[in-house]
Amino acid sequence: MPDTQVLVNDFLNKLKKRKIEGSQATARQTAELLRSVISQQRVPYTNQAGALIDAVKAVGEQLIAANPVELAVGNIVRRVLHIIREEDLSLTTAAIGGLNLSAVSDDENDDDRDGDSTLSAAAVAAAARSTLRPPSLQTLLEDTPVSAAVPQTSSSGGDSEGKSKSADKSSRSRKLKHDVIEAVNELIQDIVTCHEQIAEQAVEHIHQNEVILTLGSSRTVLEFLFAAKEKKRSFRVFVAEGAPRYQGHLLAKELVARGLQTTLITDSAVFAMISRVNMVIVGAHAVMANGGVIAPVGMNLVALAAQKHAVPFVVLAGSHKLCPLYPHNPEVLLNELRSPSELLDFGEFSDCMDFGSGSGSPLLHVVNPAFDYVPPKLVSLFITDTGGHNPSYMYRLIADYYSADDLVVQRRATAGN
Amino acid sequence: MGAQKKRAAAAAAAARVSEDPDDLARQPLQAILLADSFTTKFRPITLERPKVLLPLVNVPMINYTLAWLEAAGVAEVFVFCCAHSKQVIDYLENSEWFSQPNFTVKTIESHNIISAGDALRLIYEQNVIHGDFVLISGDTVSNMSLTQALQEHKERKKKDNNAVMTMIIKKSKPSPITRQSRLGTDELFMAIDPNTKQLLYYEDKADHSKGTICLDKMLLAENPSISLHNDKQDCYIDICSPEVLSLFTDNFDYQHLRRHFVKGLLLDDIMGYKIFTHEIHSSYAARIDNYRSYDIVSKDIIQRWTYPYVPDVKFCGNRATKLERRGMYRALEIEQSRSAQVGSFTVIGYGTKIGSNSKISDSVIGEGCTIGSNVLIEGSYIWDNVIIEDGCELRHVIVCDGVIMKAGAVLKPGVVLSFKVVIGERFVVPAYSKVSLLQQPTVHDSDEELEYADNSSGTVEFSSIQGTADQSNGEMTSESSEAHKPKLGTGGVGYIWSICEGGQEEEWRHSVAPIPEDKLTELSEAMDDDQELVTQDRTALSTSGELISDSNASEGDDNEDSKDDSVYFEKEVEATFLRAVEENVKVDHVILEVNSLRLSYNMTSADCAGAVFYSMMKLAIKTPHSSASELQQNTANIITTWQKLLKSYLLEIDEEIEIILKFEEMCLESAKEFSPLFARILHILYDKDILQEDAILRWADEKEGADESDKVFVRQSEKFIQWLREASEEED
Repeated sequence: MPDTQVLVNDFLNKLKKRKIEGSQATARQTAELLRSVISQQRVPYTNQAGALIDAVKAVGEQLIAANPVELAVGNIVRRVLHIIREEDLSLTTAAIGGLNLSAVSDDENDDDRDGDSTLSAAAVAAAARSTLRPPSLQTLLEDTPVSAAVPQTSSSGGDSEGKSKSADKSSRSRKLKHDVIEAVNELIQDIVTCHEQIAEQAVEHIHQNEVILTLGSSRTVLEFLFAAKEKKRSFRVFVAEGAPRYQGHLLAKELVARGLQTTLITDSAVFAMISRVNMVIVGAHAVMANGGVIAPVGMNLVALAAQKHAVPFVVLAGSHKLCPLYPHNPEVLLNELRSPSELLDFGEFSDCMDFGSGSGSPLLHVVNPAFDYVPPKLVSLFITDTGGHNPSYMYRLIADYYSADDLVVQRRATAGN
Repeated sequence: MGAQKKRAAAAAAAARVSEDPDDLARQPLQAILLADSFTTKFRPITLERPKVLLPLVNVPMINYTLAWLEAAGVAEVFVFCCAHSKQVIDYLENSEWFSQPNFTVKTIESHNIISAGDALRLIYEQNVIHGDFVLISGDTVSNMSLTQALQEHKERKKKDNNAVMTMIIKKSKPSPITRQSRLGTDELFMAIDPNTKQLLYYEDKADHSKGTICLDKMLLAENPSISLHNDKQDCYIDICSPEVLSLFTDNFDYQHLRRHFVKGLLLDDIMGYKIFTHEIHSSYAARIDNYRSYDIVSKDIIQRWTYPYVPDVKFCGNRATKLERRGMYRALEIEQSRSAQVGSFTVIGYGTKIGSNSKISDSVIGEGCTIGSNVLIEGSYIWDNVIIEDGCELRHVIVCDGVIMKAGAVLKPGVVLSFKVVIGERFVVPAYSKVSLLQQPTVHDSDEELEYADNSSGTVEFSSIQGTADQSNGEMTSESSEAHKPKLGTGGVGYIWSICEGGQEEEWRHSVAPIPEDKLTELSEAMDDDQELVTQDRTALSTSGELISDSNASEGDDNEDSKDDSVYFEKEVEATFLRAVEENVKVDHVILEVNSLRLSYNMTSADCAGAVFYSMMKLAIKTPHSSASELQQNTANIITTWQKLLKSYLLEIDEEIEIILKFEEMCLESAKEFSPLFARILHILYDKDILQEDAILRWADEKEGADESDKVFVRQSEKFIQWLREASEEED
């Protein structure tokens, strides 16, 4: 335990001081940290999943609080929790076998009752959804009876574990932790390779002689464009510079280095250029459950311009960016205000900020938000590592990756165990 | 597993050894943090708590500095504690700073250190600094990256062993009116070689009365180009080579980092040590030197210039705070009445309660405060656990921990309430006053360096707090304490400190309150005068608009400019006269000089007479005296010595009348001490044949028809005039 505590503190520090940039790096490091937390966690013979979930939740809570703006942290914590639940479930169902079909109906009743009693909108929605849900990837791979798996995933933990415990303890006592770590490893692998998986789909979307517009810089977009280029597609790219951080400049540099025909424009020129563009491809900071996108500032402007000229607006996002929260949820701090010095030079404007005279309150206020919110109706398509999806399909993806019990990580007393 | 780790570690060690030549350059960076400012600018607060632990937007200042050092890649920090060292050490021990990976904080404690120089000498003796280090004081807020500055420093060091220090500067324009930077420090003049960035001249205490600064002409001879700046702000972050410490040891009279060390190095051309500058542009750095910079830096933090060291980022274990619209930061568990209005750029700390109809704007409220209803808080800094009852008004003030303000109390701008003061009901604390439970130290060391003399006063303080509390509770109104203590209303506890010598008119410069409007206009007028002083030829600098008015001025007399001219002429004559007195210049020469001034200003001899007389009386009043009779004696002496000078301008009776009028004016305005002596001095002037009786009588006649208020002095010298009249009649 002390070992992990050091690791956790170290990571917390980095998060708090905003030392890790980019959601992919954050997601990977979070997953790696949680993996070591799980591997260090000593598991009791009874209620193993509960112990693991508790441990992960305890750490996850701190991580999320450390940097609430970086939604990827919360996403990964929830993904890991979901993995633990799924693994636990698959072991249980494997042990019980086909013997316990009657439990299905019981569990469904449980579901309804739980939803009513907690009165959480999210839980109700999740419960309702779960009955419609297609078999998740995990359950398909594990090759367990679909009918048994589906309702179980969303039922509140204690109940199902109570039943499962009675079934068989010894056979799965060591296996659970091992399986969970395996699954987390897969998750890390997914995060690491998400760029390639998204980029593989590039040729399906970018066609010969097209003009692509992008804003700012995103590694995913870069790889996507390269992949298309490597498949001998010839196309042109317009890069909006992405003020005030001007990461578009870096992107342009890299594109040119790979031999792509690139045009750099200011953000304000987007509307003028959009009529010549065939497709807008951008990266995202996070994708919300309603299909809305949190993206670098200026993106909403681009999306509106694209809508006006009926240009497809495509968002590339690795699955770690899928966030099970809704943008109206107060848990989600939507924006990060960065230093005004990115906008203007302090020295030049120091006389405007002399609070020593006048009323003492500054007349000049510089706001430098990092993110924009793009509503789902402006997005034409999401490309994730599992393929292209409509904004309205996001909630189903999310139901695949997360279990409803974990939506609120902070309130441990009410959420499940 | 373990074996593998060991092997990896060994491999890493081997790699390190192989890179040995580079390793010297990559030594872990050290820093010296002076947790003591060695000044008294934050008194009375610093009598009870060290400056570095004062909360800045609800986080102790030292945390900003440490967080920055950690982020900037410093591996080891030596915190030098002096005043209240125990508090600092206790705080650090309980904080998270001692348990950071890759960042060690060590404290060095000493009680008998009175300056930064002594502190550095002590650190040198301890022999803990091995390479380049960052020298910083614990009240600095920054978010700059050290990499580039450090690299520049190292490269210079490689080329030139004498480049011992790199000073971080930042552009910040000083206010042209108040001659001080936005941080409330004096205007700073720096001469920098634009090519090498070498610092050639540093002057933060320039004499503005003359409006000139003096550069050594050797500077101009030796350097092909020099750029002189007054728009740079010294961030007080220095990257030093280890030689700096030994320099301090060699020159045991170096006390102040800038005044002695920097200026000493710049003047000393034998050793040839050089200081360089590094200007930062996009990042932020500022030192909190006085109450004004406390205010300004707080506002910069709220405006996020110091990102990521802002309230909603938990950079040092501060409480979770959320940023809302219009720069409003709120911690959790705040109780706020629906009708309370919390305005923009406000920080509200954890667990604070705000009553109905209260208005708060541009302020920082600490943790656990209770604010009643109908309270007005504007531009103020309220620390933790303060109780403000209904109907109080606070504008631009600092209120420390545990203060209680009873209902209806009012704090005027610039007030500082130290810890646990109680302000009585409906009491109005006058502007710029400082209130503390501790009495003002009676023996005031004029030497700024001798600070925090009473380090061991922890227990003493406590007893004195008890004492005052007892006094007010037990109603033991002994006469002596009554005499010393202006009351703070019914139930008030604390002493209002008297403002120390000479500080009265300067108080507004460094307080938290914005500079009052009238001071600004006063200053801008004074500045106009100054400008004329510098240019002499006004047309050279004035804008075209002024030129037109200027040509008018030559015709119409009643112009602002001509009035300014006469004021300035008077000053110049006074200066000439004083110099003459000091240097024993012959009277004839003085007459010559004044004459030339008269010509250059196009003044009449009456003006000259007035001005000369004015300066004589000024001299008389400045000569030390204890009683009115002594003053009279002094005046008589001066008049006797310089009568020839005065007489040379008294060609006609008009000039003599001018003198009387001037004297009258002085008695009323600038030199009230003379007013009881008016008649007697008039008599002396008559005796010395400076004034003729005709002049005095005509003055008396002229005044006959004036207002009652104007006739004070006529009436005072009635007897004398009577006597004169009779004498002249007798002669007839």
